[in-house]
Amino acid sequence: MARKLPPKDVVIIGLGWTGSILAYELAKTGLDVVAIERGPWRDTVTDFPPAYAQDELRYAVRLDLFLRAGQETLTFRNNAGQTALPIRNFSGFLPGNGVGGAGVHWNGQTWRFLPTDFKLRSHLEERYGKDALPADMTIQDWPVSYDELEPYYDRFEKLCGTSGKAGNIRGAKQAGGNPFEGWRSSEYPTPPLKQGLGATLFAEAARKTGHTPFPQPASNLSEAYTNPLGVKLGQCTYCGFCERFGCGNYAKSSPQTCVLPALMRFPNFSAQTESEVVRINLDSTGKRATGVTYVDTSGEEWEQPADMVLLCAFSLFNVQLMLVSGIGKAYDPQTGQGVVGRNYAYQTTSSVSLILKDKILNPFIATGAHGMIVDDYNGDNFDHSGLGFVGGGYMGAGQTGARPIQTRPVPKGTPKWGAQWKKATAETYQKAFSLSTHGSSYSYKDCYLDLDPTYKDRLGRPLMRMTFDFHDNELKMSAYLTERLAEIAKAMDPAEMTPNPRKGPYNSTIYQTTHNTGGTVMGADPANSVVNRYCQSWDVHNVFVPGGASVFPQNHGYNPTDTVGALAYWTADAIKDRYLKNPGPLG
Amino acid sequence: MRRSLITAAFFFAFGAAAAAQSTQSFDRIERGRYLAVLSDCAACHTAPGGKPFAGGLVLQTPFGNLITPNITSDRETGIGDWTDAEFVAALHDGRGHDGKRLYPAMPYPAYTKLSDDDVLAMRAYFKTVAPVSNKVVSNQLPFPLNIREAMVFWNWLNFTPGRYEFKSGKSAEWNRGAYIVEGAGHCGTCHTPKTALGADKSDTPLAGTTLQGWFAPNITTDAHKGIGGWSKDDLVQYLKTGTNRWTLASGPMAEAVSHSTSQMTDADVAAIATYLKDSGAGGSGAKPTPVATDDAAMKAGGAIYKDNCSACHKDSGEGEAHLFPRLAGSALVQSDDPTTLARVVLHGTRAVSTASMPTAPAMPAFDWRLNDRQVGAVLTYIRNSWGNAASAVPADTIASQRISLAKAP
Amino acid sequence: MPWAPGTATPPTVVRPGPWMFFTADEASAIEAAADRLIPPDDRGPGGKDSGCAVFIDRQLAGPYGHSDGLYTRPPFMPGAATQGYQMPDTPAARYRAGLKALADYVKATFGGKSFQDLAPADQDKVLGGLESGAIALKDVKSEAFFTLLLQNTQEGFFADPIYGGNRDMAGWKLVGFPGARYDYRDWVEHHNETYPLPPVSIMGRSDWTVGEH
Repeated sequence: MARKLPPKDVVIIGLGWTGSILAYELAKTGLDVVAIERGPWRDTVTDFPPAYAQDELRYAVRLDLFLRAGQETLTFRNNAGQTALPIRNFSGFLPGNGVGGAGVHWNGQTWRFLPTDFKLRSHLEERYGKDALPADMTIQDWPVSYDELEPYYDRFEKLCGTSGKAGNIRGAKQAGGNPFEGWRSSEYPTPPLKQGLGATLFAEAARKTGHTPFPQPASNLSEAYTNPLGVKLGQCTYCGFCERFGCGNYAKSSPQTCVLPALMRFPNFSAQTESEVVRINLDSTGKRATGVTYVDTSGEEWEQPADMVLLCAFSLFNVQLMLVSGIGKAYDPQTGQGVVGRNYAYQTTSSVSLILKDKILNPFIATGAHGMIVDDYNGDNFDHSGLGFVGGGYMGAGQTGARPIQTRPVPKGTPKWGAQWKKATAETYQKAFSLSTHGSSYSYKDCYLDLDPTYKDRLGRPLMRMTFDFHDNELKMSAYLTERLAEIAKAMDPAEMTPNPRKGPYNSTIYQTTHNTGGTVMGADPANSVVNRYCQSWDVHNVFVPGGASVFPQNHGYNPTDTVGALAYWTADAIKDRYLKNPGPLG
Repeated sequence: MRRSLITAAFFFAFGAAAAAQSTQSFDRIERGRYLAVLSDCAACHTAPGGKPFAGGLVLQTPFGNLITPNITSDRETGIGDWTDAEFVAALHDGRGHDGKRLYPAMPYPAYTKLSDDDVLAMRAYFKTVAPVSNKVVSNQLPFPLNIREAMVFWNWLNFTPGRYEFKSGKSAEWNRGAYIVEGAGHCGTCHTPKTALGADKSDTPLAGTTLQGWFAPNITTDAHKGIGGWSKDDLVQYLKTGTNRWTLASGPMAEAVSHSTSQMTDADVAAIATYLKDSGAGGSGAKPTPVATDDAAMKAGGAIYKDNCSACHKDSGEGEAHLFPRLAGSALVQSDDPTTLARVVLHGTRAVSTASMPTAPAMPAFDWRLNDRQVGAVLTYIRNSWGNAASAVPADTIASQRISLAKAP
Repeated sequence: MPWAPGTATPPTVVRPGPWMFFTADEASAIEAAADRLIPPDDRGPGGKDSGCAVFIDRQLAGPYGHSDGLYTRPPFMPGAATQGYQMPDTPAARYRAGLKALADYVKATFGGKSFQDLAPADQDKVLGGLESGAIALKDVKSEAFFTLLLQNTQEGFFADPIYGGNRDMAGWKLVGFPGARYDYRDWVEHHNETYPLPPVSIMGRSDWTVGEH
């Protein structure tokens, strides 16, 4: 029997980016807010100080900061004909764990989606005709436009202090920036990072081949910065321990470096760590949440009553909590009915590996998000007529380091061990470089999340089941993008070049990205979405999913965090300006 | 929506107490509350996690431990049954209830300078502090110091009672600053070197001293060891926000900033700065000869600095304003006493968080990574690079700091 | 922000000393294999002298060896390659079984010898046979065992020396990786120029040693 705690105004599940932003915005209004976080308290100085943050084995290989499958995992299968089996050790994608969530270990790539991405289906149907899209593709328009979201993108980027060069300020093209991006109300808060040799050579080649390279927008800061909350960030040192690592010198934007110092000052905010929410509780009508039940490390159950419940966990676990709490109708791929778990999507990435001639690239000097990029082949930035696919992605030189357990390329045909391997490893390390594409993953009828019939988690709940595979559209898109990238790479005059377009089937053991999206999709119609345009549950009005990537109707050719942060602010404003004045459905 | 329970509780307690007072005395109580902030009463009389002013904080003194008393309005365990005269005598003369002698950990040698009216205003405020029943046995000193009458002898040697006297020829602002620094703010309690008996050395006010395992730095205008290089604005910003372009407050000063200086009026903080920049206290500003760059400790220290420190404090020792303290030109770094330096390298520390500067960055602990000789070497390096000059730090200084940190709670 | 002085979660540094997981025979076999996977040459030491076996031993004796934190609930069912490892055996158990099966195979094939006693060319032949699956070990999937052994050996060669391998930073020196550094601001725009400082471990480098005064 759960012990009942004194009620709160707001309970937040998960203290990562969205949880900390919502907590700050709502605590500021005087509401009594508690955040319940599954993982431990994490802080720069105790969990990843620059004295041991740079430990590849601990953080990148043994995955110290990540969720352990033993605590929570999911089952996976490529299609409904297979039996889903548990992911026993996360490796293909890596959900974060603890205070800060994925904001601790992310690379800092801070991209906005394109204006056309927000009206994807209507835009594509208008340009290419209704028959251009595969019948089983379930992409849909967002219920919010780029113009509406722009101020919130701006707010999140100013929170982060993102480094970059604008390409479009209120419609005026800016030299040096991304010519394809949507309009921005202001320049990036800090100037672009410095570039290493590899990215510089790529940019030269891209220009030579008629493209427009620009520095990747990075929340690893080019210079010290004080954000609007008064919190100060440091300057990135190009240490090359970013992806999968916490930042030791306050230079990577994260809840720790951007929000928590200000948030923790509120006496009306508290954080309950190492406590896992088991379910969201509903009243007898099923239309209103009464709070949550959670379990602490000793196994004791607590009931936390609250007037509002904000689902701020990692996207996959937002879906799981909706399913186990019975909020919204679960998606049935046979009938196409139901919405929770529908439109799970991912990201379609690929690479071109290069070995350059007589170069000292110092590839270990890197940040998570520096690099030079071209965006000519993203979204609908290029004419898809006759190509046989829709979608696209950005591409370029964004190598995040060369930590040698995981990054030490050798020429094709080199044995995997022995004398030749050793010689090739020594001779190639400084000359090898990897270019990559980062492409969209549109949603399909047969790609979804539901509850597994067999496997249970440590709390006795069914694991979530992921059914996912790449579709022809995405594989063709990846082949096309990888060819374009190889053309630019050729202009770098490499000694050796290996294009690696994405091939099916999707393999859950090979790391590609942790951009798992969808499942609690936002939309204008309750028949094809779980939350409305204010990220509010259609079914239970005091439950919000404020911007986790689970609300993306499909995934676009960019990293999700900027959109996640923008939607968090968007939802916070909707709650403050609309919901608190008149609690009820906002749709 | 419900309001915060904490907020509600606060208003209830304050409201009930205030209702007992006449409205015209509200201003006086508020002045008393502010004087209690200036005097940083909470620093000693509120234990970590304890109720405000209920005492119970352990003060480590060179002579043994003292537990701070309960000064809430509780009649049995606080000061609720004290007369006004007893309250005044405590602050002015170091004599408590029934004439009992106080130990000078209570800074009555400074509070004696407070005006009668200010002390009575504080008295009026403390009558409104919610009573908390918390019995504290203050005196845990060894014999013969546990005999309060021993303080008669101490006072005869060390204590000069008397109110602050306005110094003509100085501005009102300067005098206000002096009143706070020498009186209410009792800055010298930490920053003035002490005699063997624990009294202030009157010839070197504010020249820095070690207490509770920290070196409270020289805050005279000495150009090398003091704050001679700080502008008035630097001082104001430091006291208001806990940080300026040079450094960030941590350790006991973080508490002083948090409870006291950050809550002072702009005028009072400016007055303190004016006084400190023109208090007459200062040193020669003389700079010792730096340790030679080819010294073995300097060479090892340089390598250790590059590999451990430069990511935050930079190769140039400039640090980053309001985030990583500047080492180049820092008076604290070059002070004779490296206690604080050894402490923060071994154990780390966290800067203060204030409303305008909430970041509170922290220095990580290096005790697991660097041995005593290496800590000594890197400190020697930072004390003698980028134009800095100070004595080398021997390994045994680090070793003894390591031992005392291991003992400390 | 909660914080207490002296709090940190630094890594536990591996100390030299007796084997913690391997038997003496197992350790000899691992050392011999490590020296073929990463042979000593004029570029530097091989897997044995750089401590790869010590690394694997300490890893297997610790949380990694026991599959700590992994999802280990039944049922265990064979799956597709895209579904990942689906067996209940921990890395420690896989080494125990794999080394036993390897020892049995070598003994039967090479006239009673142990793997570590074979000529390097024969050791290479055995390792190559495991890698390709041409050698079938009893009750052990030889390719999977080889993959695990190679992966852990290379981890040991390139991980920070605090974990017992990469002794004297041999792996990092081989490729020119500067190790546990945290500040390249001074070198990011020195294109095509070799980084001037030697590698550093989390527990330092020789230049940190203070000479006698």
